[in-house]
Amino acid sequence: MSDHHEHPVALSKDGQSILFPSLPYDMHARAEAFIADEHIQTYVNRATLGRDNGRKAFTKQIFGDRHNDLRLLAGRIKQHTLDNLDYYLEQFIDNAEKSGAKVHFAADAKEANAICLDIARREKLTACVKSKSMVTEETHLVPELEAIGVEALETDLGEFILQIDNDAPSHIVTPMIHKDKTAVARAFVRELGAEYTEDPKELTTIARNYLRDKFRRADLGISGGNFLVAETGSVVICTNEGNGRFCTTAPRVHVAFVGIEKLVPTQMHLSVLLKLLAKHATAQPLTVYTHIMTGPKRAAEHDGPEQMHFILVDNGRTKILADPEYREALRCIRCGACLNACPVYRKTTGHAYGAVYSGPIGAVITPLFKGLENYKDLPNASSLCGACYEACPVKINLPELLIKLRRDMLSGRVTKWHERIMYKIGAIGLKSRFIYRVGGFFQRKMLRMLSKGGYIRKAPGPFKGWTIERDLPAPAAKDFRSWWKRHKS
Amino acid sequence: MKVSLFVTCLTDTFYPRVGEAVVRVLEHLGCEVDFPAAQTCCGQPMFNTGCHADARDLAKRMIDVFEQSEIVVTPSGSCCAMIRDYYHELLHDDPAYAERCTKFVKKTYEFAEFLLNVMKVDLKRQKCKWGGGADGNVPIKTTYHYSCHLRGLGMTNEAVRLLEQIGGIDYVPLNKTEQCCGFGGTFAVKYPEISGSMVRDKIGCVKDTGASVLVCNDGGCALNITGAMHRAGMPITTKHIAEIIAEGLGLMPMEQRREARQ
Repeated sequence: MSDHHEHPVALSKDGQSILFPSLPYDMHARAEAFIADEHIQTYVNRATLGRDNGRKAFTKQIFGDRHNDLRLLAGRIKQHTLDNLDYYLEQFIDNAEKSGAKVHFAADAKEANAICLDIARREKLTACVKSKSMVTEETHLVPELEAIGVEALETDLGEFILQIDNDAPSHIVTPMIHKDKTAVARAFVRELGAEYTEDPKELTTIARNYLRDKFRRADLGISGGNFLVAETGSVVICTNEGNGRFCTTAPRVHVAFVGIEKLVPTQMHLSVLLKLLAKHATAQPLTVYTHIMTGPKRAAEHDGPEQMHFILVDNGRTKILADPEYREALRCIRCGACLNACPVYRKTTGHAYGAVYSGPIGAVITPLFKGLENYKDLPNASSLCGACYEACPVKINLPELLIKLRRDMLSGRVTKWHERIMYKIGAIGLKSRFIYRVGGFFQRKMLRMLSKGGYIRKAPGPFKGWTIERDLPAPAAKDFRSWWKRHKS
Repeated sequence: MKVSLFVTCLTDTFYPRVGEAVVRVLEHLGCEVDFPAAQTCCGQPMFNTGCHADARDLAKRMIDVFEQSEIVVTPSGSCCAMIRDYYHELLHDDPAYAERCTKFVKKTYEFAEFLLNVMKVDLKRQKCKWGGGADGNVPIKTTYHYSCHLRGLGMTNEAVRLLEQIGGIDYVPLNKTEQCCGFGGTFAVKYPEISGSMVRDKIGCVKDTGASVLVCNDGGCALNITGAMHRAGMPITTKHIAEIIAEGLGLMPMEQRREARQ
């Protein structure tokens, strides 16, 4: 990304910006800190497991054996759209403009924000209400609006809490998955002057009263977009709180920030994806509010914005699109199912990924967006267990993409030289029957010498990392081949 | 039926007894088993670390070694998944290997899958008993770790179905059964903090079952989980299903932690 984030940003425990740390990013220290944090371990584990189990049970109940067929279809719809993105983009722009909306195209984060700031300046807008959007996290929009005197308020309850607590989202769908009600209560006392309460209902009421007044006074509404429909030039936003609807109805100007990969051809295709989105995200039949908006307010209509702007954000997407091997990563509909299914995410939480997008999908797209050399850990910090692939509603083969990133790191010499040499030695050993047997013999002898009672408590060299956390069972005295020889004679 | 054993490098080195058990069970069921001695490794470690040229060489080697085999059986789901899921990708545009690769992939099976789906085995009829007491009928609480790579093979509960055919096994399901144990090859060594936290979670679930035996059909998972249980001082035996069947059929002596079985 070419943009520089000079604005104040939420800081992690290590003093670095949570979503925009200095590069190259080193995951270890943060991962360790989060793993040691009992509170996070309890909450994030429980929440992700619950969501994941909910998704499995619910999709099975609704779709039964046809679930996989539906995922295949959804994947194909998205892949087809990506493969023909130029065509659908043109169609979208034509239809959106016909409906009276303005379409802008932003090459990167800086440009996207600049377009929005221009609109705000030109229209003399001063009060903005914002619906949750990962793209505006990516472009880091809110501080830029505030810098030109636009008061910008997040209105998704989770995002709102993070904003007043100077924190950043740690999950694509559940941004404050890492926080509990105590943290919320404290933030409300400190920032809103509220009475201390941990009662969820009272906390919600405090937020609602605060937000209601802001909605009333806002002249700029900013939303993201879960989908763009080429056939009609519409944007679709899915929220559970209705705040998206307020943001796009009450203010005079509506600006939608959407990544170009969010296109679908027609309403019919949209219906397939909507069938899958909420079930995979939160195990709901549908998101509570699903809005399809086409153009600004028409003459006979009572509500709606006077102006509607689309900012179609590239910010690295066309680079991924150009690579047929990685293109499928752009199918993602940001349901967060892979995060909930991922055991690494469960242990480390989103902030350990040091980027806007976390979890398996983040581990794939962050290095593609920001450079492999800057995010070496993300493709490697995975056991490739495949839970993410199984969870993905559009069948993105995330483990395979992670392996391809490892391949490219190796061939691009991003991987350290001593690691490359180790792999080479390993490969030579495995390719020859003779070296395999001799090498195996010495390996067994050496490891058995180090072992006590059948286990090695402290191993040297490449096995060191292993014995930090667990013992290494010693190899058998004789390999299988020796037994086979005896068995056959 | 003629069956070739692909023992895998981890089983060869760390768990040769599993290979022995596979051979004994297959022979007992009437298979003629051979072991092509030139075999080494399926190339999964190379593939997963991104050394795709080396992985390709090893895949070709495997195809050469097992060219004459009718059926290939392996006691590791993970190695079987490497062959099924990725060999085609490695070799589909290699004119000398593409077709042979397809044949090889088609004839390769994971052990439990082969027993149930191809041999259609019924261990009840075979009077396979693995419990305690003189007649092997005293129930032993046993749980099962589902290895992640079975997903790639489309396997779900094959090992459990086999366990349920064995007398004297009181099967207790594991919590978070589909959560990875944290092995992941180099992942366990390069990210010990994350991997360690994952395996501690896993052995916590094993402990909660109250089982004295954990069935684990993958060398990598077995090394990781037994290693972590040993570090934590948990007296739980890890066994491959082939060992349980071989012991239950009287083909091999009962081994490991006999006290749990008396």
